Amino acid sequence: MPANRFNGFTEYGVGIGLRVPHYQHILSRKPVVDWFEIISENYMIDGGRPLEILDRILEQYRVVQHGVSMYFGSADPLNREHLKRLKQLVRRTKTPWLSDHLCWGSVDGRYTHDLLPMPYTWEAVKVTAEKIRQVQDFTEVPVVVENVSSYAEFHVSEMTEWEFLTEVVEAADCGILLDVNNIYVSSQNHSFDPFTYVNHVPAERVAQIHIAGHSKFEKYILDTHDHPVLPAVWKLYARAIERCGPTATLLEWDDRIPSFDEVHDEALKANEFLQAVTPKAKADAAQPELQGAAR
Amino acid sequence: MSQLLDIQRRMAAAVMHPLTKAETMPRRRSDGKLNNAEAESFIKPNDRLTSFERLEIYNRQYWFRLYDSFEDDFPGLLAIVGRAKFDALMRAYLTERPSESFTLRNLGSHLEAWLGAHPEMTAPHTVLALDMARLEWAHIEAFDSAADPLLNEDELIAINENSQLRLQPYLRLLSLQYPVDDLLIDLRNEDGSSDSSSNNASIARRRKHVRRVAAVAPEQIWLAVHRHQNSVYYKRLQREEYRLLESLLNGRPLGEALDYAFTGSEIPEEERSSFLQQAFSTWAVLGWFTK
Repeated sequence: MPANRFNGFTEYGVGIGLRVPHYQHILSRKPVVDWFEIISENYMIDGGRPLEILDRILEQYRVVQHGVSMYFGSADPLNREHLKRLKQLVRRTKTPWLSDHLCWGSVDGRYTHDLLPMPYTWEAVKVTAEKIRQVQDFTEVPVVVENVSSYAEFHVSEMTEWEFLTEVVEAADCGILLDVNNIYVSSQNHSFDPFTYVNHVPAERVAQIHIAGHSKFEKYILDTHDHPVLPAVWKLYARAIERCGPTATLLEWDDRIPSFDEVHDEALKANEFLQAVTPKAKADAAQPELQGAAR
Repeated sequence: MSQLLDIQRRMAAAVMHPLTKAETMPRRRSDGKLNNAEAESFIKPNDRLTSFERLEIYNRQYWFRLYDSFEDDFPGLLAIVGRAKFDALMRAYLTERPSESFTLRNLGSHLEAWLGAHPEMTAPHTVLALDMARLEWAHIEAFDSAADPLLNEDELIAINENSQLRLQPYLRLLSLQYPVDDLLIDLRNEDGSSDSSSNNASIARRRKHVRRVAAVAPEQIWLAVHRHQNSVYYKRLQREEYRLLESLLNGRPLGEALDYAFTGSEIPEEERSSFLQQAFSTWAVLGWFTK
């Protein structure tokens, strides 16, 4: 299951986000990392140091692109300049898949630079799926969409978030970047059971999983990416890979970024869960039962 | 109008509306709408937050994100006008010129023109502030603009008065009325070496900023903001160098550019040849001439 047409039939393990404070460490120490995720927009430029660093990283590591401002859910048409630059970067990185968020963030050509929540309506399903298809056609790589954390819900919504996600990815025929931290954050903010969400997601479309830390405030939880992963999120992660299989997993840490080793060590905790769902682990787990049956 | 577009326009209008001085969402917007009623009309409350409070989370996130990005890009402007004026300027600029780009990198792209149209926002340091904003924007452009392949030795030798020389896309030329390059380098060095966690150090830095800004005397300078080995540098130019490069950037043939460069020049005729030789040699070494 983990290698599927939505992640270019790859079998990536645990990766971390490539962040500026770690450049020096990575380039000088060359740590063993399965793959890096980059924020596409940071490298959709014409020249200079960011692209030089990226090229040096690409010489030694596998890189996957993650976008933050395609805004599939915006009613606005796609930004052609954005698309053109994205495709140039895709050719440079040879990313096996391309992710961005199931959200909106611009209207009438004005950008909020935020991941704003969708109204879960049939009209939104249609608009969003059509734009995902356009990006997929133009960039010629599989597109996967990530569920976002949200702090507001709309009166006009006609379905749950997980139903909306499912309708969109099926209409667009695209993959899913399942962010289990975002599911947890939204579940607390909107009072739903996060396992219901994970159990509903079409597992065969999950190309990648995000894990991250968040911050708890008095009345809501904020998706801050500035902490280690919390136990409740690990539990959700365990359930997600139980359903999806050992899926490419990435730790996001974007604020108050600690040392490279601290971030990488936190990410590698995912291996404990991944190993539990490998075919060998499953066979080993089943062995005592078989032995018991033979006796 | 589609329901989706309607909701997105209404939410964006609330999210992108300026915060109050206490950095909360205003009760009444500048268009007269009441945010409470507006929020209730399209956002559900929950058992802990009202519709207004849920919308306010996004309103605050929008502005804090933009403030952070803008302040990162224009620390020199902040040092010149001070915190209170900078905050007012930032809020007014971002309200009038919200981002129209998919990247926050371009947030300050209209700042020079905007400051030119709003001198009251930077008074009494209007010219100094404008010069600093121009330098800081040029720095951003020089940092990540394209670099084209260089002319080879044969191509350099073949240059004549009819040649139209192309310069690196990252090269920015500035004619400034204050030596803001020195000021910005000092500020960056100071910020880089200070202990930002110390309040005392922070207050001392602010006092030094104020003293330094007050002491900056006007001085016409010409500057090339360029990139070498992926670091951005500020290179002072002589008037003639600036005019020559400006002419070449505008696509004039070398002969015409030279005439323009030396119009009104105080450099004696007999010294111009060696002056040019030196200038072209330096620019070639810096890799400014491209195919």
